[in-house]
Amino acid sequence: MNPPTVLPLIARTAAAWTATLLLVFPLLWLFLTAFKTELQAIHVPPLLIFTPTLDNFAEVQVRSDYLLFAKNSIITSVGSTLLGLLIAAPAAYSMAFFRTRKTRDLLMWMLSTKMMPAVGALVPIYVIAQTSGLLDTVTALTIVFTMSNLPIMVWMLYSYFKDIPPEILEAARMDGASVWSEFRHVILPLGMGGFASTGLLCLVLSWNEAFWSLNLSSAKAGTLAALIASYSSPEGLFWAKLSAASLMAIAPIVVFGWFSQKQLVQGLTFGAVK
Amino acid sequence: MKSALSADALMPPGARDESTDMSAVPDAGELARVSRVVPRLLLAPAVTTLLLWMIVPLAMTLYFSVVRYNLMQPGPTEFIGLANFEFFVTDPDFGPSVVNTLLLLGSVIAITVVLGVAMALLVNEPFPGRGIVRVLLISPFFVMPTANALLWKHMMMNPIYGVLAQVSEFFGATPIDWLTDYPLLSVIIIVAWQWLPFACLIFITSLQSLDREQLEAARMDGANALQKFWFLTLPHLARPIAVVIMIEMIFLMSVFAEIFTTTGGGPGNASTNVAFLIFKQALMNFDVGVASAGALFAVLLANVAAVFLIRLIGKNLDK
Repeated sequence: MNPPTVLPLIARTAAAWTATLLLVFPLLWLFLTAFKTELQAIHVPPLLIFTPTLDNFAEVQVRSDYLLFAKNSIITSVGSTLLGLLIAAPAAYSMAFFRTRKTRDLLMWMLSTKMMPAVGALVPIYVIAQTSGLLDTVTALTIVFTMSNLPIMVWMLYSYFKDIPPEILEAARMDGASVWSEFRHVILPLGMGGFASTGLLCLVLSWNEAFWSLNLSSAKAGTLAALIASYSSPEGLFWAKLSAASLMAIAPIVVFGWFSQKQLVQGLTFGAVK
Repeated sequence: MKSALSADALMPPGARDESTDMSAVPDAGELARVSRVVPRLLLAPAVTTLLLWMIVPLAMTLYFSVVRYNLMQPGPTEFIGLANFEFFVTDPDFGPSVVNTLLLLGSVIAITVVLGVAMALLVNEPFPGRGIVRVLLISPFFVMPTANALLWKHMMMNPIYGVLAQVSEFFGATPIDWLTDYPLLSVIIIVAWQWLPFACLIFITSLQSLDREQLEAARMDGANALQKFWFLTLPHLARPIAVVIMIEMIFLMSVFAEIFTTTGGGPGNASTNVAFLIFKQALMNFDVGVASAGALFAVLLANVAAVFLIRLIGKNLDK
């Protein structure tokens, strides 16, 4: 490479790295703080070099029963993902391969339910949960997560199914394959990527969901998002513990997210950006 | 049959036609009946549950909004007409909460779109470590809102020990008490930090489909970087920008967790948005009636934004 092209490259590299490191600095700081003692965490000036400790992680478990909240997070996000796929897949299949004049309107209507602000349904859902004894249960959270993700799941699966060439299905139908065997032997293998992506996105969304978990759950069914919120008390020496708890809550899903970037764009934009 | 089926799937389109002719064609009437009933049965669970999810809360909200209903005052609920609406709208917090909602929405959208485009352009051309940069860049979007908010509240914005305070002291400036003095701005920063990666990711994806030959042709014709950006890149990004604006509208209209965990809507009502006001009425004042009236207002607000997004996506569906 000759000098005129090398210089801009260096400048661009430096600019991109600086901007990125500035942007993710809070996360890097959280990571570091999780391994400090409480005194090191509020040290002036801030410490960059210190002897890391793992005490905070143990402390978080002892003080606020991290594992219970983690269990709730896993149950609700995995549960709502599976339940959602179970309901969404047949619907998406039906709309992709048995297209009628109403299909388009139906898809649009499903999308419109996602646009209802959650707070609009807060009071009725809260009252229903309270009267049916489902307040602060993982059942209630799983159902609510499933319903709020369902439109996105139908949409995503629909867009994946539509990419399956209809000739393959027609051939199967001509061969007299039943709907079930068609689903089992054509859609399932060919749409596997779609199932994986949709599930991944739903998992991320449910894991991070905070509105419903803050309002419908507390000590028994609280998810990690609710556990972290309980660390919002005004003062005290708890930054390192807060960081450790946060790190344990976000690490799995951030790593997960790195693998599902593309699907995320598709899912969250309902296929409007490719 | 099964093996024929999977083999069929692998065959090139031309070869498939011959193989299907050999098998017996089922009775046409039976096929038509199956293709009418089964698709509806498959749709039923999704449609029914979503319908319930939409209709039941809406109907209950409508009912609650016209009765006196306080969770702390048991007793018969009585019809009070539009009094709840009047109460919600004349609440001194109402005006500020609408303004705060719009300020929050507008600022976060502006920040994420402008910085998002800038960042996307910055990482669009190859450079050493681009893959790692892209992965790092997207990370804040996967941080749950409560963790994000507390990370900023304590470790970044604390007026004594926070990183921002330390940095300003290093430069000899007086540290800012972010959450007390600039509560709404603090919430805006926190929310924007979360959504910037989202906008950026969408712009990066979109930039990859920008016609390189066109850019090259423009360069040959003597267009400078600004002209290329203005006449080629920006028009190409118009659609993703519109999508980002609409989607952020949906999600940011009811920002809740970030306010709940940081300022609690305060001081006073300085960082209370409509969503938080409704929450306060419902679960802190236990006034279901007034909260429901507010909820209907929020639904109305969201529907205005939704109409535009639906149209935009609908157009895409027809293609």
